[in-house]
Parts: sequence; structure tokens; C-alpha cells
Amino acid sequence: MPQRYSLVSLLRHGLNRHTTWAPAWRSPQLKDRYDVIVIGAGGHGLATAYYLAKEHGVTNIAVLERGWLGGGNIARNTITIRSNYMRDASIPFYVKSVALYEAMTRELDFNTMHSKRGMIDVIQTWGMMRDRRRRQHIMDIHGATYEQLSVAELRHRVPALTGGGPEARLPVLGAFVHTDAAVNRHDAVAWAYARAIDAMGGAIHQQTPVTQLLRGRDGRIEGVETPRGTVRAPKVVIAVSGHTTSLTETLGLKLPLRSMNLTAFVSEPVRPLIDVIINCPDAGVYLSQTDKGELVIGGPPDPGQSYRRDIKQGVFEETVASMLSLFPAFKRLKLLRQWGGHLDIAPDASPIQDETEVPGLFVTAGWWGGYKAIPAGGLTLAHLVATGRPHPLMEPFSLRRFRHLDYQMETGTTTAR
Amino acid sequence: MLLITCPFCGPRNESEFVYGGPVKPPRPDPATRDDAEWTEWLTHVPNPVGPVEEQWWHARGCGTWLTIWRDTRSHDIVGAPHDGG
Ligand SMILES: Cc1cc2nc3c(=O)[nH]c(=O)nc-3n(C[C@H](O)[C@H](O)[C@H](O)COP(=O)(O)OP(=O)(O)OC[C@H]3O[C@@H](n4cnc5c(N)ncnc54)[C@H](O)[C@@H]3O)c2cc1C
Ligand SMILES: [Zn+2]
Repeated sequence: MPQRYSLVSLLRHGLNRHTTWAPAWRSPQLKDRYDVIVIGAGGHGLATAYYLAKEHGVTNIAVLERGWLGGGNIARNTITIRSNYMRDASIPFYVKSVALYEAMTRELDFNTMHSKRGMIDVIQTWGMMRDRRRRQHIMDIHGATYEQLSVAELRHRVPALTGGGPEARLPVLGAFVHTDAAVNRHDAVAWAYARAIDAMGGAIHQQTPVTQLLRGRDGRIEGVETPRGTVRAPKVVIAVSGHTTSLTETLGLKLPLRSMNLTAFVSEPVRPLIDVIINCPDAGVYLSQTDKGELVIGGPPDPGQSYRRDIKQGVFEETVASMLSLFPAFKRLKLLRQWGGHLDIAPDASPIQDETEVPGLFVTAGWWGGYKAIPAGGLTLAHLVATGRPHPLMEPFSLRRFRHLDYQMETGTTTAR
Repeated sequence: MLLITCPFCGPRNESEFVYGGPVKPPRPDPATRDDAEWTEWLTHVPNPVGPVEEQWWHARGCGTWLTIWRDTRSHDIVGAPHDGG
């Protein structure tokens, strides 16, 4: 059992000048054999290892991470947690994931700073208005909240939104509010899972890149190659966001994925200004304000496949122009940092979670907006790996759908263009 | 920002162009292919860490379509992999 975190433990260790806390997770020796290898210590890899141990008693697990724990997209995303998707197949999965996030602080005894602040979609074209009305009906069926706001209500809720008036090129027509939406602290999510995995006997190995997948003579997966040596396991899970095809191609296995660079930037901290997540799918920008006061701003991805990790000047200018069209006062804000992250996307923009044609080799990929999907994605993948059967929430997202042309067309990011 | 050379207008800023996706082989006749080949054509594109061939449309210029090779790591426009033999 890990040490419990509580006010009492805080006081006790405080009296010892905080020198007596046990580390939240250890760095054990790398063994040459495990029951399951998970490649990638991002959100999906960690959540999968957590649920394998917790729900299925599989604890002889190694999570192999190229860099450091939680240093991938889990640290690079804009932490929007929501379930306002489009399809009957998608919405129940995201509703589950939002609920698991809400319970996470208690479940993992780690403060994830969950802040359920709602998200408002600002609508500026009639096509988008129709799309959102359609979503509203489907979300009603599956228990995700979505309500229409008038322009007056929107401007009352978000006083900083002064653009998009009747004279604008794209006047604001209305808005929809998704009250389930939340943000939380991404590092806490990674650390909380790592601590729980460690407590149940799983091992996390940082600085351990997988360079090659190994296939046995019988065609099954056999293990992986790393600079620290060969590690074997009868089951291997690929959870490497954006780098999936680079790994599967080491076995000549093709997957229908393209890798993209999605970017974001933050402003200097300012006083509390916006208390909801604002998404403007027609303008092509979304933003929220952190507890420190910075505005976190995101736009569309780079055009075309991309392994950059910074924002392209053209994407940056376009996103800023979109933001200023609705929030003209923000032109006085200073911007502090920008970054990007590698994601992969399937042709229908829905995730892929399945056992591949190499028996024992599993992938979880195509997580275009996959931060919100971490808890439910881990739950469903652990179920598949442990039982050999897809979890009902993930069944529509198998690889089979591409052979049967049974696409699950979704939209990509919150900016959804 | 890319500086894309249009065959008619010369080197022009990326902001004048619209991205048109990676180059795919020509559409096969599904009646003459097996299911695996057909669905592969429908769903797969090359996803290299390195040069990729793609189409761009000079929409805010002369309107022509062109193809370039672009390195997905740096976004530098590069020669076709077999250029110069
Ligand atoms: C700018 C931006 C904004 C985003 N905003 C949102 C949002 O608001 N809401 C939302 O839901 N989603 C958002 N996302 C998407 C979300 O971040 C990703 O879908 C999700 O984090 C991917 O899953 P992950 O956490 O497992 O990935 P990662 O954290 O990237 O984990 C993958 C890990 O695999 C490791 N790895 C890669 N190759 C190897 C190898 N060969 N061997 C060993 N390890 C390897 C990487 O180092 C990495 O740590 C955003 C993404 C970006 C970039
Ligand atoms: Zn031209």
C-alpha cells in the first residue's frame, strides 16, 4: 500500500521538513520477462497498466517509456475533458471517461485539481448550428448535457467576448453549453496512476525506448528490443501517441493512421476573466484560463503530416487572428510559450483500440483528442488485453471497421474544422 | 511558413496555398481487386518520419494543383527521394 495522503500526513511530514515522504513510485530493475509490456508512459499506457492490475490482477507489468513519465502529449495538451461528441458509438465512451475523471481524486488518493467549469461552443454559421442541434439530440439520449444559449445569454456569461457583432464577417448566431466539461492537472493524472501501478506491483521504466517489436516463429508477438536489452512478454501494448506506425512498421504492419502536430500557446497571467472553456469551431480557436491566470489557447493542427514540436508561423497567425475577431481586447496580451505534440488520426477521426493481426500485439491509437479519453481508454484496453474480448464501449472502434468500411466518422479537435 | 514554388507563379508564400493531402496511387477498379487491396487503398496513406509527397492548391494565386516532397520532421521542401539517381 502507498502512504495515504491526508491533512495528518501533511502535518506529520511537515514537522520533519518534508524529508520523510516515501517516493510515489520506484525505479526497479528491468527484468527480461513480464506478463504484459506496455509501450509508452503517457496517459493511455499508464491507465491501461493501472486497470490491468486493479481489475484483472495482472501485476507483472512493465511500462516502457522512451523519455520520462508523463512527458508526452499528456503534458502537452490543453486538458479539456468533455463528452460532446457526435456519434451514438462515441458519446457513451466519453460520458464514462468524464465520470471516471470526476472520481479520480478519491479513487487514486491524489488531488487531480478537477475543475468542472463547463464549455461553451460559440456558433457563427448555420451549418454549425445544425450540427450542434443534431449533437444535442444524440447527447440527450446518452446522458451528456448540451443546451442552447442565446447571443444575449452568451455575452452575459462571457463578457470578454465582445467581437462577432452584427457587422462582423461571421456574426455570432448563438451558443451551446456543455456543463459536464472540466479541466484538471495533467501531471497529477500521470503521477497518480504511476503511484497506484507501483503500489500494486507494476514497474515503470523511464529512458527505455522500444526500437523494434519482436515476433516469434509462430507469428505471435514475443517481446521488444530496447537499448537496455531484449524484454519478452506474451502480450505487448502500443500506447505511443503519434508514433504508432513507426513501431508497427518494424514488423511490416500497416495501420490507417497519419501523424499530425497539434499546437497551443499561453498568455501572461491576468486576473480571472473567463470561467468556462470557450470553443469557437467556426472561427477555429478555443481557450480557457488556468488557475494561475494564463490563457491557454489552441487552434487547428499543422496542414499535413508533421513531427514538429513547435507552432508554425502561419498556424499561429491564423489562430491569433481568429481569437482577436471574437476577443479584440486580447490584442494587448503578451504570449509566453508555444509548443506542439504528435498525435495520430485515422481516416474517420475515431480511435483505434484492438488486437492487431500479430496475435498478442495490441494498439491504442488515433487519439486525436485523447486526454479526456485516458481513464475509459485504459479501462477498455485492459479488458481487451486481459479477457481477449473487446469492452462493449470500445467495440465499434476495432480495426475491423476499416475492412468492413464501417467508419465511425467523428470530428477531430475542439476546433473541429 | 513554407515557400512553395508554383510552376506558373514562382516561389510563393504557403498562405496562398491550400493543403490537398498526401499523394495516393490512382484509384483501382474495386471489381478487379480483392477486398484487402481495395480497403487498403481507401484507408491507408504513407506516414513517414521523413519526406512525404503531397498535393497543394494555389487557391489564392493561379489556381493550379502541384505536388511537393516535404520532410515531416522539419517541414523543409526537399527533392524527390530518387532525384539525381
Ligand atoms: C496541443 C495539444 C492540445 C490537446 N488538447 C487536448 C484537449 O484539450 N483534450 C483532449 O482530450 N486531448 C487533447 N489533446 C490530445 C491528447 O493530448 C492526446 O490524445 C493524448 O495525450 C494521447 O495519449 P497519451 O497521453 O497516452 O500520449 P503521450 O503522453 O504522448 O504518451 C505516449 C508516450 O509514448 C512514448 N513513446 C513514444 N514512442 C516510444 C517508443 N518507441 N518507446 C517507448 N516509449 C515511446 C512517448 O515518449 C510518450 O510519453 C491535445 C494534444 C495536443 C498536442
Ligand atoms: Zn500559381
